[in-house]
Amino acid sequence: MSRTAVAATRADKALDAFGDPTRRRIFERLRHRTRSVGEIADGMDVSRPAVSQHLKVLQQAGLVVVFSQGTRRLYSIEPRGIAALRGWLDGFWDEALTAFKEAAEREASRERKR
Amino acid sequence: MKAQSMPANDNPNSVWKTTLVQAPPAVAWRVFTERMGTWWPLSVYKIGKANAVDAVIEPRVGGRWYECGDDGSTCDWGRVLLWEPPSRLVLSYDINADWQYDPDLKTEIEVRFIAKGESATRVELEHRKLDRYGARRDEMRRIFNTEGDWGRLLAMFAARAAEEVSR
Repeated sequence: MSRTAVAATRADKALDAFGDPTRRRIFERLRHRTRSVGEIADGMDVSRPAVSQHLKVLQQAGLVVVFSQGTRRLYSIEPRGIAALRGWLDGFWDEALTAFKEAAEREASRERKR
Repeated sequence: MKAQSMPANDNPNSVWKTTLVQAPPAVAWRVFTERMGTWWPLSVYKIGKANAVDAVIEPRVGGRWYECGDDGSTCDWGRVLLWEPPSRLVLSYDINADWQYDPDLKTEIEVRFIAKGESATRVELEHRKLDRYGARRDEMRRIFNTEGDWGRLLAMFAARAAEEVSR
């Protein structure tokens, strides 16, 4: 599938966005909680406007969402973007069925011991 | 261990997977349907804003299939189309290519539980009617069909690293 001929898939967009190390660091800073631009830039050697620009790319790639809380604009990770990326990497049904098999076998071995 | 794909898995509108489970069909059925929340990869395959803490299939034809968030919210994934314990289950999967619920999507998942001796079950899963994804069918089929492949993942990171070094 040629990228020039076909619109990039969601996973393509996510991977392209992660190609930049600063964007990966910004994304990591959102892993555990939502933050404002100022909170993200705090402690990084990147200006606020640059952080805003990177956030815009992450948003367009479906990896980050922005929402308002009072007068503040807060950024958080978009779980659907992660689902697309994980599916692209690991395969939706292979991952789910492997986990199911393990759970069913744990249950069967519990019952045998009873 | 990976779920195996059928050799002739080339229908563009469906994905076919099978796995051998060391558990009798009744146990496999129960874990699949009643305890889905204990094994479904809820941290990734979920659509709600809240952290997903359970996945529920209501045990009857027409029943809902949905995720439960830690804030008490629920998000529908689909419906039960066929309920034949402990051997056959058909669900509609109504999550679109943007990972949002669309009750009109109606792709179908059929799961068959086939006894293999007294203590094992072959579980066959077909995810079909992927043509409902329209122009995004191939993108979605790839996601459903991909076999977990760490080699490919590592190769991708190696390529990315090389790109950055050459910048």
